[in-house]
Amino acid sequence: MSDAPSLIALIPRLRRYARALVGERSAADDLVQDTLERAWTKLHLYREGTDLRAWLFTVMHNVHVNQVRAARPTTALDEDMPELAQRAVQGDALLVRDLERAVAALPAAQREVLLLVALEDLSYDETARVLGIPIGTVMSRLARAREKVRAMMHGKGGGKLQVVK
Amino acid sequence: MSENENSVGEADMHAWVDGRLAEKRRAEVEAWLAVRPEEAERAAAYRAVNEQLRARFDAVLDEPVPAHLTGAAPRRRRWRAAAAIASWIAVGAALGGVAGWQLHAERAVAPLALPDIPVLAHRAALAHATYAPEVRHPVEVGADQEQHLVAWLSKRLGGDVRAPRLESEGMTLVGGRLLPRDPGPVAQFMYQSAPGRRVTLYVRTEGLDQRETAFRFAREGNVRVFYWIDRKFGYALSSADLDREELLRLANVVYQQLNP
Repeated sequence: MSDAPSLIALIPRLRRYARALVGERSAADDLVQDTLERAWTKLHLYREGTDLRAWLFTVMHNVHVNQVRAARPTTALDEDMPELAQRAVQGDALLVRDLERAVAALPAAQREVLLLVALEDLSYDETARVLGIPIGTVMSRLARAREKVRAMMHGKGGGKLQVVK
Repeated sequence: MSENENSVGEADMHAWVDGRLAEKRRAEVEAWLAVRPEEAERAAAYRAVNEQLRARFDAVLDEPVPAHLTGAAPRRRRWRAAAAIASWIAVGAALGGVAGWQLHAERAVAPLALPDIPVLAHRAALAHATYAPEVRHPVEVGADQEQHLVAWLSKRLGGDVRAPRLESEGMTLVGGRLLPRDPGPVAQFMYQSAPGRRVTLYVRTEGLDQRETAFRFAREGNVRVFYWIDRKFGYALSSADLDREELLRLANVVYQQLNP
């Protein structure tokens, strides 16, 4: 117990993942807080010597799944529209918005896999354990997620983007 | 494309994108890609997305925390104080170059077979960071049911737990909650001043043979903690809103009230 790495030290990592997962800042921080509260009450289930960060992602996944089931829609997509339209479009900014839009458009199950692997650098094995799915499912979701993001980033299926000059 | 480029499949391509192939296999996959421009373009696009994701979201790791989130202004959900800790830690980790952030405990007396004590401060700081920002549910049982609260927590902790009165210090009891074992059950009392500054008192049962200790000070993120052990119980008084001197004065008041 005495050497347990600090949960608090991992908050920035949780925030990064949450931000990418739910898009909007306050919703992301709410997810982090709900995760910490859950983690706090479940701390006795955490096994010493295992990766605390992966365990926290597992907790966050469960919290998030429950929230998604409670049908709380992601709002990032619509909120971006007005800002996007009135801003002078620069290459990088546009790229970032395309990326956010593409990630937000993924089904949650695919988004989670892509973010845990590509952003949080978890192995496929760790990702499978965090999400409680077989590794084959990780690979197929990853493949589908990447292909969708690539298609959107290249303008296929991203019709809305054409509206902006 | 030679015989020994064993079949490269979709999984290999993703493992290449994510940098998860051993050197030999990586070379094989790259040789395979080298003669398949379409696949190579696809793999490069996937890898670019990895980089773009990090470029976009790494900034969250050291985001500055808006002032209104750490100040005493009204907050919807004062969770943001924990965000302040987060950014503080990001800076600390960058400066210290360590992955796991260590608790800095200043020991007032020589540590003597009390390995668990910094954990007390650490857990208390964590509990503070978790619940002090809450606006809607900071406590399980409110101060309006103080008798019930104290009886309930005493029963769960197996001892006479009391909630100190801190009105003289401008702090009123908000209420309390029971926290999970550490290793035994833990009580947390929360106090708040008129401007909304919060302090929590974390109380846990200690082993039977614990002596008394002096006050010790620790700091975890922006949460300051004074902690001590007094016979049966370990106490930790935490706050992100009070400075060290204010917190020490309060800790003295708490100590005196618990030891009349």
